[in-house]
Amino acid sequence: MRNFKRMLMAGVAFAGLAGAPGPVQAEVKTYSPVTEQRLQNPEPRNWLMYRGTYDGQGYSPLDKINTSNVADLVPVWTLSTGVMEGHQSPPIVNDGVMFVTTPQAQVIAVDAKTGEQLWRYKRQLPEDLTQLHPTNRGVALLGDRVYVATVDDFLVALDAKTGKEIWAKEVEDYRKGHYMTLAPLVAHGKIMVGGSGGEYGIRGFVAAYDANTGEQAWRTYTIPKPGEPGSDTWTGDTWKTGGGSIWITGTYDPEQGTAYWGTGNAAPWMGNARPGDNLHTTSVLALDVDTGAIKAAHQYHHNDSWDWDEVDPPMLVDIQKDGRTIKGMVHPGRNGYLWTLERGEEGISFVSGVPFVRQNVFTSIDKKTGRPTYDEARKPGLNKLVDFCPSLWGGKDWPPAAYSPRTKMIYIPANENLCGSLSGKMMDYVPGQLYLGAGLEDIGLTLFPNADHVGELQAWDLSTNKKMWSHPFAKSQLWGPVLATGGDLVFMGGTNDRDFRAFDAKSGKVLWKQKTNSGVTGVPVSYEVDGVQYIAVQSGWGVDAQRMQDSLAKVSVDYRNEVPQGGVVWVFAVRKR
Amino acid sequence: MAESVMQLQDVHTRRDALALGLALGCCGSGAQAQTSPPARNLRPTAGDCLVRAVGVSESAEALRPDDVVSAGPQLLAWAKEPASGVVRDGSRLNQILLLRLDPETLDAETLARAANGVLAYSATCTHAQCPVTEWRQEAGILHCPCHGSEFDPRGGGRVVGGPALRRLPPLPLGLSAEGSLEVAQPFLGKVGGQVA
Repeated sequence: MRNFKRMLMAGVAFAGLAGAPGPVQAEVKTYSPVTEQRLQNPEPRNWLMYRGTYDGQGYSPLDKINTSNVADLVPVWTLSTGVMEGHQSPPIVNDGVMFVTTPQAQVIAVDAKTGEQLWRYKRQLPEDLTQLHPTNRGVALLGDRVYVATVDDFLVALDAKTGKEIWAKEVEDYRKGHYMTLAPLVAHGKIMVGGSGGEYGIRGFVAAYDANTGEQAWRTYTIPKPGEPGSDTWTGDTWKTGGGSIWITGTYDPEQGTAYWGTGNAAPWMGNARPGDNLHTTSVLALDVDTGAIKAAHQYHHNDSWDWDEVDPPMLVDIQKDGRTIKGMVHPGRNGYLWTLERGEEGISFVSGVPFVRQNVFTSIDKKTGRPTYDEARKPGLNKLVDFCPSLWGGKDWPPAAYSPRTKMIYIPANENLCGSLSGKMMDYVPGQLYLGAGLEDIGLTLFPNADHVGELQAWDLSTNKKMWSHPFAKSQLWGPVLATGGDLVFMGGTNDRDFRAFDAKSGKVLWKQKTNSGVTGVPVSYEVDGVQYIAVQSGWGVDAQRMQDSLAKVSVDYRNEVPQGGVVWVFAVRKR
Repeated sequence: MAESVMQLQDVHTRRDALALGLALGCCGSGAQAQTSPPARNLRPTAGDCLVRAVGVSESAEALRPDDVVSAGPQLLAWAKEPASGVVRDGSRLNQILLLRLDPETLDAETLARAANGVLAYSATCTHAQCPVTEWRQEAGILHCPCHGSEFDPRGGGRVVGGPALRRLPPLPLGLSAEGSLEVAQPFLGKVGGQVA
């Protein structure tokens, strides 16, 4: 009946266009199957996964667009997605075929050279779905299939050539507050996803599914149940609703067969509602991709009380330090510290932790373990209102940093000078309802006195932990994922002025910018088709970039900038002379 | 716009529509009882009683005006079909919030929909469909924790803050012969958010 009604409505729409051609659902004519070998060593012309490569560096070796010609970058095609809210996914490109996702877990396949739409997958979502974070962060590719994790908590396999659904597996029940926004991770014939819903008091997990059949292979919870190692870091039944959600794609070391996942904050928000360190929240987990076994773990900060998710997984980078090469794991934390860890035979060891923004909570870091000591006066609690820096959105939220092996610098999209206040209250847990345990009247956001900026793109040398340059944004917060390229360029949007820019990777000088339709919170990528290099990104403001905008506008007139919503895919190339 | 409306389709409703089609095909018009969607999914209907939404069971007792705390906060409830005992919790859009406020503070239309000072609204925020679970005691305002939409329960559920664009749909109440709360009319207006 409903389908019939839809057909009728579609018919009316066509009639209204008076003979205009209907939507063409073309097929992908030639498609290069994605092998695991290709995923481990992607061709420079392609962008096959969330951060381009398994190490999470967000680096494209392509260099035809470089510091000498980037000023001539022009749009070559655009595509409206027709969807509102946060467009955060990277355009993922496999030999001329681009896949972008939008909020509501729609997937659009596009000819990466011409911009012609090839197919579109629209998921029919339940009528009573709540979307606290309406976004999606992209697809994963394997073989002739495209995998997407949905906001109603299904893992869906699509035919890459036609967009037809092959299977859809329920990961968890959306009615209990489970949802997914991350791009899946592919390794050893498995599709791995993690669950969002820490705000609803879920118990976080990573789950792996057979790429062919969709059968679950394993599921590893981020929080141990009683009797499992680490369960003594929880009190009573608090582990059952303890959060530790996973909402950003893990990184992967193929040599070890180990995937590294960052975990979210503990739930509810106030630490003294769940005494203990609360393993493995606000941590990195090293998982065996075949079995899901936890090989190693490191907690960035214990008993979180600031809503500082540490879901952004560590970037895997070789670092020259003190005369030796460290197999590094680098994480610019929401807690405002730039963490360097080392992955070795004996698991994960601490190397260094230095603040990259104003941080007044940690009084010291243990030199051996990296465990911070807190200024207890800066730790919110039940019925205890406290000011702290950085704010609950942290020194850097989910937008990924990038690393250039040429400059040996990491580029961090930071928010400086923002502080906040929080207080908590006891709450009953009701499945599917928010379980923040925070007094709404007591979530504050403040600017540090005499602050001259908030958003700040920072370049750090990882060998020395020195800030090499930074670019402040005087009138905007920063929610811009970063791309570094072999042309010694860094691309980033993320500001409320709707600009998308190219920086000189060595000096930080802005070499080019483009005003877009909306704010750019999408992950930028680079690819090449028929010898032409392109830069692609989605512009579509929403979710927490919008929330912070609304909060900042109340704090300072300088940040009152209306950012219109609506997603557009932008593709740029150098103008031919 | 049409697109977002289409995306609001409920998987259950689709399944039910399918079942309905089959039922009609097999049994003709005689199978009246089978032609309606399961009672669990239906929106609150006139004559339904109300039960607590938390810890619900089919034997849950019908709420009476005195069960709702005076002057807030709100109590979340489901409608229950008295004859079958079916609680209508099949869709989260069916959830109801109850408030008991001083009748003298209500506007005329709101007063007319109240039963002994008890008011009912859809508990689903008209912005992004979160349950409206917070109560700002001093201001007497309903607050949605997801994106901060605010509604005035004394003024018909009108929007007084945040991103929501439509009021919370009121649910007119009455009293049963036994003195328990009863749905008098269906929700006044579209339940649910702007987009799903």
